[in-house]
Amino acid sequence: MIDSHHLRAAIVAIAASVSAHAEELTALDSAIGDGDHGANMKRGFDAVAADLDAISAKPLAEALKAVGTKLVMTVGGASGPLYGTLFLTLGKELAANPEAYVAAYRKAVDAVAARGKSEINQKTLLDVLYPVADALEAGASKADVLAVAGAAVAGTKDRKAIRGRASFLGDRSIGHVDPGARSSLLLIEAVAGVLP
Amino acid sequence: MKNVGIVIVSHSPLVAEGAASMVRQMVGDDVPLAWCGGNPEGGLGTSVEAILAAIDRAWSDRGVAILVDLGGAETNSEMAVEMLDGDRAHKVVVCNAPVVEGAVMAATEASGGASLAEVRATAEELSPA
Repeated sequence: MIDSHHLRAAIVAIAASVSAHAEELTALDSAIGDGDHGANMKRGFDAVAADLDAISAKPLAEALKAVGTKLVMTVGGASGPLYGTLFLTLGKELAANPEAYVAAYRKAVDAVAARGKSEINQKTLLDVLYPVADALEAGASKADVLAVAGAAVAGTKDRKAIRGRASFLGDRSIGHVDPGARSSLLLIEAVAGVLP
Repeated sequence: MKNVGIVIVSHSPLVAEGAASMVRQMVGDDVPLAWCGGNPEGGLGTSVEAILAAIDRAWSDRGVAILVDLGGAETNSEMAVEMLDGDRAHKVVVCNAPVVEGAVMAATEASGGASLAEVRATAEELSPA
């Protein structure tokens, strides 16, 4: 069973990883976006981490919603509503069906796709989130899920952006890893590190 | 009878304020109007909290049309609309239109007492499908 203590540890790990990789995310975003992804993600997860005592005092579903709301309110770029929606939907789904983690994750990724009006293979974070959903549903081991996610990030490099600022570049977006895909991997690695 | 309100959301507070002052000069004071720009730290970007506050300032029971500049402004505005309570959320739309021209055209339409759907359609005529 996953509880708020796991979430607390995951948030600490995510905030540390996002902070350590902020420059890398910004460099990726400078190549094909507006160069604020690292700073935005750091601001968001620093804000969540600063509120951690209050957040982790809540039951898991409520705590996930609180994380999502905090991200929505503090990130300042499109990644705020996108990652915010991921956590908000995880919270909503687990409130309705506690312990149906994989199903909640699939619904949450669908909600991110709806929020961004996007789908897989458009060089976004969905290119990582969806293959991870498939792997989880197939019962893959933690190591296999991480391998799938890592390969999915690398796969965004040769893809042309269809959504977001990077799509303005058209073919010139090819050859760069998507910054949202990269930050998704940071989150997935951090969560994998703390889950049982 | 109050007219439909207009909210301008840009990554840059200077752009948002400038577009709003163009609306005021070209359309006048008969339309509730608010703007916001900048991320929660004051840098370039948008803030859901600031968008919610701008919707409040421009509120009209006939509805509010939001004009946005680029990607994150649209996503954050849609998020803000969803966070309104149900009755109000149905009265707010994010227009697919260029921010400056869209704001002026939407406000012009609104100042004549047009419905929210008419205001939106007028702004969106500027963005051919």
